[in-house]
Amino acid sequence: PPAHSRSDWIGPPDQHSNLRPVIFYVPPEESALERRLREARQEAQASNQRFWARHNRAFRQEKEEFIYSRLKAKGLEMRDESGQKATLNAEEMADFYKDFLSKNLKKHLQYNRDWYKHNFRITFLMGQVALVRALRWLRWRKKSVEQ
Amino acid sequence: MSAARRCCPPRALAGLFVWHLRSTGILKIPCQFVHLYRVANSRLITFQYFNSPKRMYVTQCNRDLSQRAKPKSDSIVSPFHELQQLDQDKKVVQKISPVSPVHQSGSETASRSELREMKSAAEAEDSVVPVGTECREDRQWKEMKLQLDDLPGILARLSKIKLTALVVSTTSAGFAMAPVPFELTCFLLASLGTGLASCAANSINQFFEVPFDSNMNRTKNRPLVRGQISPLLAVCFAASCGIPGIALLTLGVNPLTGALGAFNIFLYTCCYTPLKRMSITNTWVGAVVGAIPPMMGWTAATGSLDAGALLLGGILYSWQFPHFNALSWSLREDYSRGGYCMMSVTHPGLCRRVALRHCLALIGLSAVAPVLDITTWTFPIISLPINLYISYLGFRFYRDADRSSSRKLFFCSLWHLPMLLLVMFTCKKSVLGKEDKGHLPGGSHETATEIRLP
Repeated sequence: PPAHSRSDWIGPPDQHSNLRPVIFYVPPEESALERRLREARQEAQASNQRFWARHNRAFRQEKEEFIYSRLKAKGLEMRDESGQKATLNAEEMADFYKDFLSKNLKKHLQYNRDWYKHNFRITFLMGQVALVRALRWLRWRKKSVEQ
Repeated sequence: MSAARRCCPPRALAGLFVWHLRSTGILKIPCQFVHLYRVANSRLITFQYFNSPKRMYVTQCNRDLSQRAKPKSDSIVSPFHELQQLDQDKKVVQKISPVSPVHQSGSETASRSELREMKSAAEAEDSVVPVGTECREDRQWKEMKLQLDDLPGILARLSKIKLTALVVSTTSAGFAMAPVPFELTCFLLASLGTGLASCAANSINQFFEVPFDSNMNRTKNRPLVRGQISPLLAVCFAASCGIPGIALLTLGVNPLTGALGAFNIFLYTCCYTPLKRMSITNTWVGAVVGAIPPMMGWTAATGSLDAGALLLGGILYSWQFPHFNALSWSLREDYSRGGYCMMSVTHPGLCRRVALRHCLALIGLSAVAPVLDITTWTFPIISLPINLYISYLGFRFYRDADRSSSRKLFFCSLWHLPMLLLVMFTCKKSVLGKEDKGHLPGGSHETATEIRLP
């Protein structure tokens, strides 16, 4: 993002976590409240990124292992004669999906709780910041009208 | 709910809402194809799909009210529910209505299915980075400043306006089936209130699901995921839609409708959305969310929840199962990775059994309609072919449990519901006919015929 910009910038989805990173603008006259908001957002972003990057990597890895073990059991190689990667059909993959989901359920429940907490906190802080800014603007308007 | 723009049979399809967004997926055209889809309502919607190795199913059903020949009500153009959706359930229930755009030619379907096969082969590869022009644009860093001229489009996507429209059309179906003389103001107020409530529920749903949406193909272009709007604004928008919507329903229509609307918003946002990630019971909750809007339409007209409302709700409730279960069959990978607990992933046998069970239930419910004096005896007879057909497809899905049977069932559900509701409306027992109840059944049959003939 350009150096002179006064707003946050959001980027393309991360290749591991599929989440879009945000670069936060730190205004020189940032108030304590605004700093708390920015830090909450940064913390949520970092925590989300960690979770999803790890989770997606684990998914891909376990999927590969599953395909490999199933193919081996069937006596096939990972790549057939033409060099194409051998695949399993949807019904065979279904076992993997079911397994993966049940293995990770607890992890997801914990993540859900964390995510909801982050989300509510951030939105609440945003509300506070917006309110403070609105009041400040109104006071400024009143002053300029009186002058 | 995003819905996949799917090729539907080259007929205008009435949209239906899917109670959840998730049930809709978008079918991504394999790379290099740009498809134009014409929505059945003579609204040209252009969807350009760029390369994407991932498959998304999004179904959108457009309900074309103008096709329903409702003599007294205005036709409401309904875009998708995304408005579905997703999922929103249901208005007041955010329902995710799958919207299926009509394909322009059958050949597209053939090429698409070929491409899909290729894609499924490609999916086995580790393809993390989406490829495509659209993604290339996405690869840029964007300023997170609210652009006012983009705001209407952003809010439309946030509220899943198309899904909302489908939900509103189900509500108007409920209103039309109520055995009272038609009142235009009441009808419009009920529709508007329901629409606002649906927008609110959809927005809150998206607000809750940002990281999950970004990980699933069909939902990764939502406004909150892309940072086009802040969460605070999303919540404010939801509040500014929901509160006037419910107030309108409570004060302008009747308190019962308002209560149902508020309950539906609560059910969708606070029960269904969290439950999606906790247990498979979310499907049943979502079906209720889908069933409530027509009940709201009925109570708006009559002011009370009588057997007719429950029957209409029951029909929609039962319909949700074949619809959603068939759709979710193809989305198992995304659900598994995203951490969504769906029957198709965890209990596949149950998934298919439930779908079949509810297809058969539709036959039973249609037979009950004349008993409750909502329709004449012609309704179960005329609706029997389509109910039998969907039950047959449900049975095939149950037995074969493969992609082609699930897709067939899903697409059948897309036209089955609008057609069923249309037949129901044409077989509606006229309000006047009720006074003739003392006459021979032939008398009311004649009345029914008169209504049907035009």
